[in-house]
Amino acid sequence: MKRDLTCVACPLGCQITVEYEGTEVLSVTGNTCKRGDAYARTEIVNPTRNIASTVKVVGGAHPVVPVKTSAPIPKTMIFDCMKEINKACVNAPVSIGQVIIPDVLGTGVDIVATNID
Amino acid sequence: MCYDVAIIGAGVIGALTARELSRYKLKTALLEARHDVAMGATKANSAIVHAGFDAMPGTLKASFNVKGCEMMPGVCKELSVPYKNNGSLVVAFSEEEMETVKKLYDRGIANGVPQLSVIGKDELKALEPNLADNVCGALRAESAGIVCPYELTIAATENAVTNGVDCIRDAKVEAIDFADGVFTLKTAAGDIKTKYVIDAAGVHSDDIARMIGDESVEIVVRRGEYFILDKSVGNTVSHTIFQCPTKMGKGILVSPTVDGNLLIGPTAEEIDDKDDVSTTPSGLRDVKTFSVKSCPSVSTRNAITSFSGNRAHPVTDDFILGPSKVNPQFIHASGIESPGLSSAPAIAVYLAKVVTDAIGNVEANESFNGERKEVFRFRHATDEERAAAIARNPAYGRIICRCETVTEGEIIDAIRAPAGARDVDGVKRRTRAGMGRCQGGFCGSKVVEILARELGCEINDITKFGDGSNILFDKTK
Amino acid sequence: MMNYDLVVVGGGPAGMAAALKAKECGVESIIILERAETLGGILEQCIHSGFGLTYFGEELSGPEYAARFIEMVEKTDITVKTDAMVLDISESNLVTAVNKKDGLLKIQAKAVVLAMGCRERPRGALEIAGSRCSGIMTAGTAQKYVNLDGYMPGKKVVILGSGDIGLIMARRMTLEGAEVKVVCELMPFSGGLNRNIVQCLNDYNIPLRLSTTVVECHGKDRLEGVTIAQVDDKLQPIESTKEYIECDTLMLSVGLIPENELTKNVGIAIDRVTNGAVVDEMRQTDHKGVFACGNVLHVHDLVDFVTMESQLAGQGAAEYILNGEKETVYVNSTTGNGVRYLVPQRVNIKNGNDVKLYFRVGKIYKNAKVVLECDGEVISSKKKVKLAPGEMENVVIPADVLAKMNENSTIVVRVEE
Repeated sequence: MKRDLTCVACPLGCQITVEYEGTEVLSVTGNTCKRGDAYARTEIVNPTRNIASTVKVVGGAHPVVPVKTSAPIPKTMIFDCMKEINKACVNAPVSIGQVIIPDVLGTGVDIVATNID
Repeated sequence: MCYDVAIIGAGVIGALTARELSRYKLKTALLEARHDVAMGATKANSAIVHAGFDAMPGTLKASFNVKGCEMMPGVCKELSVPYKNNGSLVVAFSEEEMETVKKLYDRGIANGVPQLSVIGKDELKALEPNLADNVCGALRAESAGIVCPYELTIAATENAVTNGVDCIRDAKVEAIDFADGVFTLKTAAGDIKTKYVIDAAGVHSDDIARMIGDESVEIVVRRGEYFILDKSVGNTVSHTIFQCPTKMGKGILVSPTVDGNLLIGPTAEEIDDKDDVSTTPSGLRDVKTFSVKSCPSVSTRNAITSFSGNRAHPVTDDFILGPSKVNPQFIHASGIESPGLSSAPAIAVYLAKVVTDAIGNVEANESFNGERKEVFRFRHATDEERAAAIARNPAYGRIICRCETVTEGEIIDAIRAPAGARDVDGVKRRTRAGMGRCQGGFCGSKVVEILARELGCEINDITKFGDGSNILFDKTK
Repeated sequence: MMNYDLVVVGGGPAGMAAALKAKECGVESIIILERAETLGGILEQCIHSGFGLTYFGEELSGPEYAARFIEMVEKTDITVKTDAMVLDISESNLVTAVNKKDGLLKIQAKAVVLAMGCRERPRGALEIAGSRCSGIMTAGTAQKYVNLDGYMPGKKVVILGSGDIGLIMARRMTLEGAEVKVVCELMPFSGGLNRNIVQCLNDYNIPLRLSTTVVECHGKDRLEGVTIAQVDDKLQPIESTKEYIECDTLMLSVGLIPENELTKNVGIAIDRVTNGAVVDEMRQTDHKGVFACGNVLHVHDLVDFVTMESQLAGQGAAEYILNGEKETVYVNSTTGNGVRYLVPQRVNIKNGNDVKLYFRVGKIYKNAKVVLECDGEVISSKKKVKLAPGEMENVVIPADVLAKMNENSTIVVRVEE
């Protein structure tokens, strides 16, 4: 099997071709860096993405503080993860990198703040 | 409580009439169906004070126009709103059109228009070098001018309220009862009793008249579409440039505005939905095509926005002013299409006289003050005035609208003014915040915040222009 | 009146990088004037990641990228005034600004860096007919509402324009529970990065319709729908392809315009293509001591390049402040086939260093060559698998090539298919 992908690892957006059998990747071509190779392999087996959103803040200067996943999560879990983020609430002060939701949905990935408040 | 007079419709006619009535000891109400004043034809027209040569001699249009044009500078001065006596030119592109120009000249003279002249090509091109090369000559009317119609209306409303008039917005009149010499207006804001009614409801004035059984008013709605161009091309012409008139109106004009932009338009299209102020692809295309005929350099690449307005065209082709034949306590102010804005100061005086004569022995309001205090405008102020204003109120030191240099202080003033702004467009019309080239891209959200804070509500309660025009939905979290 | 060696207008990524670099080069007194409440500029609302890969070697969100520079500025003695709007810059670099606390500020500067950023093209410039109801806004305004204010600006959304902001907002709105019906793009190609089409549209099954525009907005109070239509090769809507789409929100992502009102008031020459100032390789304008960098100069694709360009401007301003005017012999850079613009527009051949020319192409090219030609001689010819208008490209003029030039020399960059 052959699949053409646009790499999302960086803004270059390389066009990558992956050859695979089931879940076994045979070859990755078109990438210009190691991140691209890794992206292509994951994308075939278990595509993952980073997401960014906001979490409600109490007692801060802003009503919400921006957050992101500390590492990519499985693509299929994006909307479940959003549900967790929408439920969360944090008290000010908030610092950059502060863990807002540890190990979200058992993924091992944290939801962390990306700004202060 | 029963009002002496209720004016239905807070456009330029209603507002100036309310102000005229506030000179007397009368209980006057100014009712407006929409969320703010100046929301109908008043906010979307050519903003021209015509000299008065268009209308046929002997018509109401002719006499009120000439009188109104003469009164306008004084009224604007009292109300501290901009007026510019820039003069107008009706441009001819052929010898045949020069004949029309000469006819307009004769008509103007018959109407009593001062400072009229027919000029040739050379003089015309010297006055307006950016006009097309194939112009032949023009009718020059030096008494014509430009105003900001909604600013005039807002100022007149404010002044009327200061002098005791009740301005009630969101008060759409749904039915009118009459018993024992008193009207009961069934409105969205509750029942309002009044002895006299002035119907200044614009495109809806025929509907209002029908509520008392007066079928005599027949209004056809004509939509006109316009573009506003950036200030960088605001000086393309200094006069208001008309083309020769046709049956449907005065044609496409090119005119500077009092705020320094360039206005091109309008089209004239009869429509059925009185409140449909959508622009159309074909209308906008026509404005482009015909404005270029006058000034080839005009380009909508410089457009900052387009809009349309609906004019109340009376089938009789003349203003309908005075008591109804069905009920003399109901006074028509209908069919006020162009030159309605120009005529407005004179119409207001006339309507006030009709009412006061009918009531009889009306005392003057001794505390009446027709002067509206000048509003602080950061962009027009000198550095010294700016420093002094900020020292007085630090909010004048926070620029909200970058394009038009409008401060937080000015926005707060507009909200707190009598019959002040309650929505984003209301702030825009009063301060020009959001009227510049970015069209509120940066300041829109800040204006929403300031409105919510001043009005004591959540930001998702704030609307663009009332009703369901909210800007935001629920909180995300 | 106050005196500063350097006044930086704008405290976004460009202004901060320029100020920090000038400080590093030895400029003593520097002030940043920022019109918003905080430093950081537009990055504060760009909460998605994708920033910093080139400059920091890691992927950061907008606020994180900004925070790194804010922290650096805070560690210096650079004066920062927020909520301060610059109103005027005089012929002699006297800067007039205003804020609530200080009132009118008059600051005499030896040099000025313009870093005001850009604004979004509004609806008015597009001639979309129809209603002027609520629910029509630029994607950036919507981004502020959802990311900073925490309110939903729409539930059923159509986006016009497939630039990066439009694509990013398609994903943001979807994640927050809105339904993004379609992204329309007037051109036959997207103006955004490929990866954003994949991760913002394809991931969420949001259709992208190329050569399609919005021709009319419908709705009395709030937007109720839009009419979209395909366009012909002259970009004119095709009547028979009109289609009504129900929506409550139209977001516009139809281009960015450098905010050069101040620049124009000073009388600085403006490039008609970039809408930014005409500058030399140190980003100095034709007004002595006034430099420009970042999106006010030309719209960048990545903030990393804004930072790098602004460091050049900061260095240029520092050299001007500390050493005075340099010996200059200017040669204009000229756009050849396929190249829309070049920044810098002129190069001082006495500079002594390599000079990087940034440019954008006018359409998509596949397997084309970027050719740099100086004095009629091909200096470099670089093969490119793909060139797209959405991405900034660059070529380098080596120092030794510049050293051989004279005032009559020519510099041309072109695309060869």
